[in-house]
Order: sequence, then structure tokens, then C-alpha cells
Amino acid sequence: MALQTPQKTETTAIPFYRDERVLQIAAQIISAVLIFILLYWAVVNFLRAAEARNMTLSFGFLKEAAGFPISNPPIEYDPSMSFARAFLVGLANTLIVSGAGVVTATILGTLIALARLSSNWLMSRIALAFIEFHRNIPLLVLLFIWYFVVFSFVPPIKDSLVWPGPIFINKRGIYLSWPRLTETGPVFLIALGIGIVVAIAAFSILRKKRQETGKKTYFMPVSIGLVVISFVVGWFLAGGSPFWIDTPSLKGFNFQGGMRLTPEFAGMYLSLSLYTAAFIAEVVRGGIQAVSKGQIEAARALGLNQFQVVSLVVMPQALRIIIPPMISQYLNLTKNSSLALAIGFQEVFAVGKIAINQAGRAVPVFALIMATYLSLSLLTSFILNIYNRRIQFVVR
Amino acid sequence: MASSELEQEEIRPPQPPGFLQWIRENLFSSIFNSVLTVVLLPVVVFIIYQVLVWVLFQANWKAVTQFPLLYTVGQYPRDQLWRVGFIFSGMILMLGISWGRWGGLLRSITLAAGGLLLVVAILPVQHAELTLNMRLYLVSNIALALVGYLIGKKIPIKSYLIFAAWFLIPIIGVILLAGFESSTLIPPVQTTQWGGLLVTFLLAAGGIVLSFPLGVALAFGRRSSLPVVSAFSTVFIEVIRGVPLVTILFMFSIILALFLPAESRIDRLVRALMAVTVFSAAYSAENVRGGLQSVPLGQIEAAKALGMSNFKTTIFIVLPQALRAVLPAIVGQFISLFKDTTLVVIIGINDFLGIGRSIINSDPEFVQLRTEVYLFMALVYWIFSYLMSLASRRIESAMGVESNL
Amino acid sequence: MTKRLIPVFALLIVLVLVLSACGGGAAPEGQTVVETVVVTVEVPAEGGEPAAAAPAEGGILARVLDRGYVVCGGRTDLAGFGMLDENGRNVGFDIDFCRAVAAAVFNDPEAVEVVPLTAADRGPALQTAEVDILSRNVTWTSSRDAQWGNFTTIMFYDGQGFMIRKDSGITSTDEFDGATVCVTSGTTTEQNLSDFFRQNGMEYEAVIFEESAAVYGAYEDARCDITTSDKSQLASVRSGFADPDAHIILDITISKEPLTPAVPHGDDTWFDIVKVVSYALINAEELGITQANVEDMKSSDNINVLRLLGEEGDWGYTDLGLEPDALANAIAAVGNYGEIYDRYMGPNGISFTLPRGPNNLWTNGGLIYAPPIK
Repeated sequence: MALQTPQKTETTAIPFYRDERVLQIAAQIISAVLIFILLYWAVVNFLRAAEARNMTLSFGFLKEAAGFPISNPPIEYDPSMSFARAFLVGLANTLIVSGAGVVTATILGTLIALARLSSNWLMSRIALAFIEFHRNIPLLVLLFIWYFVVFSFVPPIKDSLVWPGPIFINKRGIYLSWPRLTETGPVFLIALGIGIVVAIAAFSILRKKRQETGKKTYFMPVSIGLVVISFVVGWFLAGGSPFWIDTPSLKGFNFQGGMRLTPEFAGMYLSLSLYTAAFIAEVVRGGIQAVSKGQIEAARALGLNQFQVVSLVVMPQALRIIIPPMISQYLNLTKNSSLALAIGFQEVFAVGKIAINQAGRAVPVFALIMATYLSLSLLTSFILNIYNRRIQFVVR
Repeated sequence: MASSELEQEEIRPPQPPGFLQWIRENLFSSIFNSVLTVVLLPVVVFIIYQVLVWVLFQANWKAVTQFPLLYTVGQYPRDQLWRVGFIFSGMILMLGISWGRWGGLLRSITLAAGGLLLVVAILPVQHAELTLNMRLYLVSNIALALVGYLIGKKIPIKSYLIFAAWFLIPIIGVILLAGFESSTLIPPVQTTQWGGLLVTFLLAAGGIVLSFPLGVALAFGRRSSLPVVSAFSTVFIEVIRGVPLVTILFMFSIILALFLPAESRIDRLVRALMAVTVFSAAYSAENVRGGLQSVPLGQIEAAKALGMSNFKTTIFIVLPQALRAVLPAIVGQFISLFKDTTLVVIIGINDFLGIGRSIINSDPEFVQLRTEVYLFMALVYWIFSYLMSLASRRIESAMGVESNL
Repeated sequence: MTKRLIPVFALLIVLVLVLSACGGGAAPEGQTVVETVVVTVEVPAEGGEPAAAAPAEGGILARVLDRGYVVCGGRTDLAGFGMLDENGRNVGFDIDFCRAVAAAVFNDPEAVEVVPLTAADRGPALQTAEVDILSRNVTWTSSRDAQWGNFTTIMFYDGQGFMIRKDSGITSTDEFDGATVCVTSGTTTEQNLSDFFRQNGMEYEAVIFEESAAVYGAYEDARCDITTSDKSQLASVRSGFADPDAHIILDITISKEPLTPAVPHGDDTWFDIVKVVSYALINAEELGITQANVEDMKSSDNINVLRLLGEEGDWGYTDLGLEPDALANAIAAVGNYGEIYDRYMGPNGISFTLPRGPNNLWTNGGLIYAPPIK
């Protein structure tokens, strides 16, 4: 009885407007039409406005001379070169600062996470203060503080701070002594490269063998040995040191030689790294704490030493938790590099904004900026997701 | 100061150990730790000393102290300030009521706010903007908070009513601030006149309130079985998440006008709000989607078996569980939204940071004082977002949800 | 997930292409669809003419009158030209010009909404007629005139100069090779600088900021050897330095910077109104009409004064749709050209002191000259 009643109502009287299939199709059509109209409306408006205002939508202007300078371009550039070139300079700056930032933030974040977990109360508090400071102020404000406040205490060029290295620090930037390749240097690099490839191959083959047979294969010492040998061989082939040290020295207005980090780059790089490191520290700490104590105790009980416990038990498990939020932190860092225009570091967005001002082609330039960031983001998350998939548990 | 609260909580063992024992356990437990302590302690003391000396004796806080009203309300007409005051008092009253109702962290916040008001009100300095009326107003707000406390304590108000009131304050606030076209009592005030902390809070609150429903809609859209809807939502979410907020702000402030009918003008503040909302919605959508996925299929099947419609299942079964699961992530998202509102300076809106920069630029003398101004701004942002994160931790532990971080 | 996205993107791109292809041709047909959907979004335009595509089909003046106030694109962060006073009121040389226009149209200098614009914003804001006047120390150039809008009357003659530290020992631009220069981005300044060094075959390192305060802060911090900008700005900045005498502004001027208010393209009447207000401010100084004596001058015996104040003859107000005393109101509100100048940059100016130089009246050997009001 109780079962029959609902069946009856269902079969007899389903009006078409309550039929789920009809509703589905109707919703499909309606949503498609709505979205189509919205896009159509925007495009028509836009084309009309473009026509009325004589706005050209072509990318032809990219070939014209840019006419504006860019501070310290990482690739060759002068104002007589094209807009496309200027844009490329911006892209190079974005890549450099995000790349350096990602590496530094990861290392720093991990160290801070360890400090936070330290049994020393003071150490742990300092790490906490660092994290709480950086997580709770806007990055833009942090940038201003680093660039306009901290750097204003740096001495002018004539009274540079000299740190061992030698490293010179003054208002014009940080000048590092930097190793540069000699003429025969590439020979050394090739030899070293071959050595590393062989070492990696030996490492994986021998380790596999060890895992399969259980015999000791000394994969670690063997691969390290291979690298050392290739280093020595390369050194001799190059006929002495493959590097010479380029030391900066004061000539005229500025220091010449060495590796120079401009204050703009340094400010951007430091703020980005510190800001992201605070977030990464929390991610890493969460990951490490998520590994249950029983796992560690069990590993100890099996006779693994401290290094083995960390590298074979704790890290693999922690990494599974750490990697996904880490990916989004890396993406954030890349996107946040667009704030650099506030302190005069000229990455993609800053260059694009100047180009809009100078060339007046707002829409094409803007499309270019969006496309650049979008492809950067998609590319990064694509690569990192492959890595992520490799280390995750296989769910059956 | 706020962190000491946290410390106390974390180091409070069942039987408090003696001071010396605590030091031995926490600072000198091993040789390595002892060395670390000996090295770190002087460094920390030195830094704190230097900072204090600078703040108290060397810094010139003129550019900060001279314009309290500019920092708080920007260019809002000075003869219409009562509107801002009215909204502020409303919030203080609600804060008092919430304190009376729930206590806990709200108590500390209300007391801190009250203490701050009292200190400002009795500040023994001559200041053009700190008139007697202003001082009286500040003091009366403390009384208002206490009244609210008594109301919340004595009268059992339903908690959803209090939530609704909190929700309504920003909406009423915006209407009151904007004024009415034909009214002489509350004449319209253009949004270009709004500024300072007022705009920062409006953008953050507006962005939070508006982006959330949009985010939920997008999350459902992405999981929808309708291919057009799910494709549209997916593209929307991924594109917004793939680009920096500045580009979205830039798009709404400059490019959007080109896509709209020729004669339509959208208010600049509204455009910024739209950008912030759209940006935040894409992130909320992904958070909510994570929550939706975490709801076990059995729950939905059970609801269907009970004869609930699709709509009812979603609203009463799926959504509450999903939101509860992702609450920490959503709160974190809102905190970062609050910080992200600073980026509107780049499109020329005078929020708190923007006013600071305007002040620095308005007088060649103040260019020298930018250190003080920027540090002041950092402190204000820090306090608010720290309070929010503190609150979010309390909510998490109260609801028994663990944060991922 | 990424795989699933590819067809979606492809679909979208095709969709947009198809739409844009038929968008131009099928405009009248598409019109009906569009109009019915978006009625709520569109601002009720007069008459609802479908052909009214241009942003400024005559309508700016009508819109201003309808709205009841003038929307002025300005800034809040440049001492002397556009800034905030301590009550948060917009003041400055550029802002006062907007107030003069508002006073002429509405007899109320407060009937102004100042929209703060960034350097990147100002072009598009004028192109889309978001602002009625752009008065934001904009240099008039031919390309901007063609792209952005109509430039009215040059209100401030400026030129780009260099400021250096005295102790650097440099006395002429010939010694600039290899120097570091601080400069603002997105302005003509930046281009002039690069042209100057290129023409003289010298190398330099540019440090580029969006914000002028950042530029001068960095210069004073010794981040740069040289800073370059309009000379009026350099003077203003130097006056604020801890030790103004330690810096010198070189005599050389490397560019022409005519700072000029602009209006959107397309409304000739509005263009004329803004121009006539600027003429009136300049003529008033010539004729000795000031904010204080404007009422008394209405009974002057100088016929040119009477014409300007609307007491005699028609200076064009019937055609422009203004009141006869519109210009008198403008002067009563902000004063004549000289008074505005002195208020901010005169000997006792609020912001700094800058000698009039080329901004003197033509009768005093300057360049400020305006057509007669008659």
C-alpha cells in the first residue's frame, strides 16, 4: 500500500514542467542562450565603442619603437626597440623575481617551520612573531616598508657597507662578487653535467637493485663519487679554475663589475620571499605535525636512525599534505609579483601599464597581460600537478 | 600584546610549574638550546630596544597625528560626519550585545575598543579635530557598549537576529553614507568623497558579503550536469584565479567601460567593489567546491530516500555540511581579501593606504615622514587582520573543525 | 582538468570570433535583441536613439546640467596642483579651475566631484567621457589631442629640467654620462629623458616609479644622482627637502610641457564653455578684477570689465546657454588667474613658492594670453 501510492502519482500525473528530463533540457537551452546573449551584448558594445573612438584592436603597434626606458633590463633593451621587446623585458623580470622568490621562500619557510617546532621557547616565539607579522600585513605595505623604510637606512654609495665576500651594500644596490666562467669554463661545465647525469642514472639503477634484491649496493657513495670524479676531470680539462671572481669596484658614478641586485629588485624579492615564507612555514609545520607520532616511534623501533626516520618516514608523508597548498603559494607568489610597479621594479604589469599610457592601446595590451599571467599560472600548476600526482597515494 | 594571550593559553599546564623550572624546560633543555638562547636573547633585546628608542624619541609622528579624520573617513564632508558616527555607534552597540551574548574573545575586543576610545577621548593635547563634542561622542560610545552588554546579557535575543543585525549594518551604512537625491537632511555624498579606513572596511565587508553567494553559485555551477553552465563556471573560476588581482581591478576600472553601452557610467568605488567581489568569488567557489566534495554520497542518497527534492537536499543537507567543513578556508580567504583591498590604490581609490599616500604627497615636508606613515599603516592593518585570524581560530575550535594549516 | 578545459577554451574563442564577425554587419538586427535584454543596465539616454554610438554625441553639457555638478578628473597627490587639505577638501591649481567652471555653470564652486585618476587612468577616463573635464596637470601633445579629447587653453607653461646635488660638482648636462636618474613612469617626462640622453649620446640608468613622492624620496635618499621632472615640480619638491640649498635645479629646459585642461571629444558647446572660463580668469587678471572686488567692478567705467562681468553686451552667454554673470561668478568663486596661482605657488603660497616666469601675463613678459571676452 504504502509503496503503491507514490508510484501511482508518479506515473499518472507528471506535468511536463516537472519532468526532470524536460527541465534538464530546458535549463541547458536557457543557460546557453543567456550566456550567449551576455557575450554577444558585450562584444557588440565593445565593437561599437571601438569604432566610435577609433580604437585599433590590432597588435600592430607591438612592432613600433617603445620610446620609454626600463630600469636595469635583464636582457638587452633600449628605448628605440619595439614594444614587443619591452614586454619581453618585463616578462624576464617577472620570471626572475618569481623564480628566485619561490626558491628562497621555500628554503626560508621550511627553516622557519623547523624553528617554530623547536623545543627552545625563544626560538619558537621568534618564528611565531615572524609568521604573525608577515601573515597579517598587506604585501603592498610590506613592500613599502622594505623599499622606503628599510632601504632608507642603507648608506649612500660613497660609504658603502662592505661585508666579507666582498659584498658592497649601498643605496644603489647590493653588489656581490660573482663567479664568472673563463674561456675554457664551458668544458668544465660539460664534464660536470655528464658526471651528474651518469650519477643520477647509477643512483636509480643501484637503488632499484637494492630494493629488489635487498643486497647492499652503496648507491649513495657511488653516485657522489661519480660527481666528484667528473668535477676533478673537468677541472683538469679546463686547465685550471674554470671560474674567475668578478669583484665590484667603484668607478665614476657607480660600482662596476660583480653581480648587482638593484634596490628595486632586492625590495621586491625580499618582500615576496619573506611574505610567502610565512605562509609556507605554516604549510610545512602543518604537514610535519600531521605525521602521527606512532609512525615515528615505529620507525625508531625498527632501528632506523634519525636521518632515516626523517627522510624515509616523515618527509614522504608530510610532502603529500604539503605539496597541494605549496602549489597555490607558488602561484600566489608569481601573481603577487605584479605589485612590483609600486616600488619601481618593472615586470610585465608595470611595463604593460606604461605601454597603455604611451601607446594608448588599452585593450590589446591588457589582453596580452592577462594572457601572460594566465599561461604562467596554467603552466606552473600543470607541471606541479604532475609532480603532485606522482607522490600521492594511489587510491584503489 | 595580543600574542601574550596566545602564549598563556599554550603554555598553561595543569599545574603551573615554577618560574625557574619553566625557564629550564623551555630555554635550557639541552646544550644546543642553551647556546641558542644565549645567542638569541641579546639580539632580541637589542632590536626591541632600538625600535623603542626610534618610536619614542627619534620618529616624527606629525604626519600621522595631524589628520585623524582623513585617515578614518577620507574626504567625507565634515558637516555630514554624524552619519559615519551613527554607523560606528551602531557597530559598537552590536559589539556590546554580542559580548553580552557570547563573551569570550568578543569581550577582549570590546574592552580593547572601549579602552582605545577612552584613551583618545581624554588625550591631554590640543588638537583641531579633537573637539569637546568629539571627545563626548567617543565617551558616549563606551557607555553604548556597556548598554549593549547589559541588553545582550539580560535579554535572551535569538542569535540569528544578532547575526542578521551584523549583516544589515553594512547595508544600512552604505545607504546612509550615500544619502538621497532629494533629501536635505541627508543629501547625497559622492563616493569619490569616501575614503580612508571607511572605504577599506566597506570594500572588505562588501566584498565578503557579495562574493560569498556568488562563490557558492559558481561552485554549484562547476559541478552542474549542464555542460554550458559547468564550462562557463570552470572557465570563469580558472581565469580569475590565474591572474593577479591588480589586473582584475585594472580591467574593471578601465577596460569595463569600453564593454558597456556608451552612456552608462558605473561608480568607481562600485567598480572596485565588483572587481574585489569577482576575484574573491572565484576563490570562495573553489573552497566551497572542496566542501561539497567532502559531503558523503550516502547523505544525499538518504535525503532522496526520505523524499526530499533536489533543491531541499542541497539547501538543508549538502550545503550546511559542506560549509562547515570549509569554514576555516573561507575565513582565511576573507582575511586575505581584507589585506587585498590595499591594491585599490593602484587604480586611484583613496582607501586607508591611498589616503596615507595622498598625505605624504600633499606637502613636500611629509615626504620625509613616510617611514612613520607606512609603519603606522602596517600597524593598523596588522591589528585588524590579526584580530580576524584570532577570531577565526576561536570559531574553528568552537565548531570542532580543524584548520588545514 | 586541464584537458577538459581545452575544448571549452576553443569553443569560447570560436564563439567570440563568430560574434565579432557578425557583430559589425548585423548591428540593426542584433539591436532589438540587445536592447530588450539590457534595458535595466542602460542609463536612460535621451530619446533612445539607437545610432547614438559615440560617447559624446553632443550630450556632455546636457548631462552636466542634468546631474547638477561637474565631474572633474584630478588628483589628490601632487602638491600645488591637486591635493587634499586637512579637512579632506580637494584643493590645488588644477582643482580650482574645475571649481571656476562649476561656478560659471551652477554658480556654486562646490558643485564639483573630483575623481582621482592615476596616470594610466586619465586617457581612458577622458575617452569614455567618464569625466567632464580632465584637469590633472596633463601635457598637451598632438597624439593625446587626437586620441583622448579636446585640449582647451594652456593654463601653465612648464618645461622639464634636472635637479642634482650640489656636492656632486656637476654644473652642466655634459657631465651626465653614466648617471642614475629618478623619473616618474607613464608620462612625457620619461620619454623626454630617454630622447635627451639618446640625442647626446650618453648612457644612463633609469629608476622609474609610478608615484612622484617615490621619485623624490629615492632621489633625496641618494638612490639617484639626478632627478628630472617639470621644473615647477622640482621647485616644489626642493622646498620640502631637509636642506633645500644642497640641491640645484639646472638652468637647462629640455622640453615644452604645456599643462592644459581637456574635455572629451564631441561636444562643442561644452568645449567652448570650458575655454571661455579660462579666458575669463586670464582677462580678469589683466583687467584687475579680483575675487574681492568683483562686485564693485560691476559698476566700473571700463567697458571691457562690464562686458566680462555680463553687465553690458553679450560675451556669448546666450549661445552657450549660460547666465550673463556666469564669468563673474567664476571669478568670485576662485579669483583671477594670478590669484589662483599665488594661492598655491605665490610668495605666501600654501604649497611652495615658484616665480611666475613664463606664467606671467603677456603684458608682464610672460606667455599667458587669452582671447578677449566680448
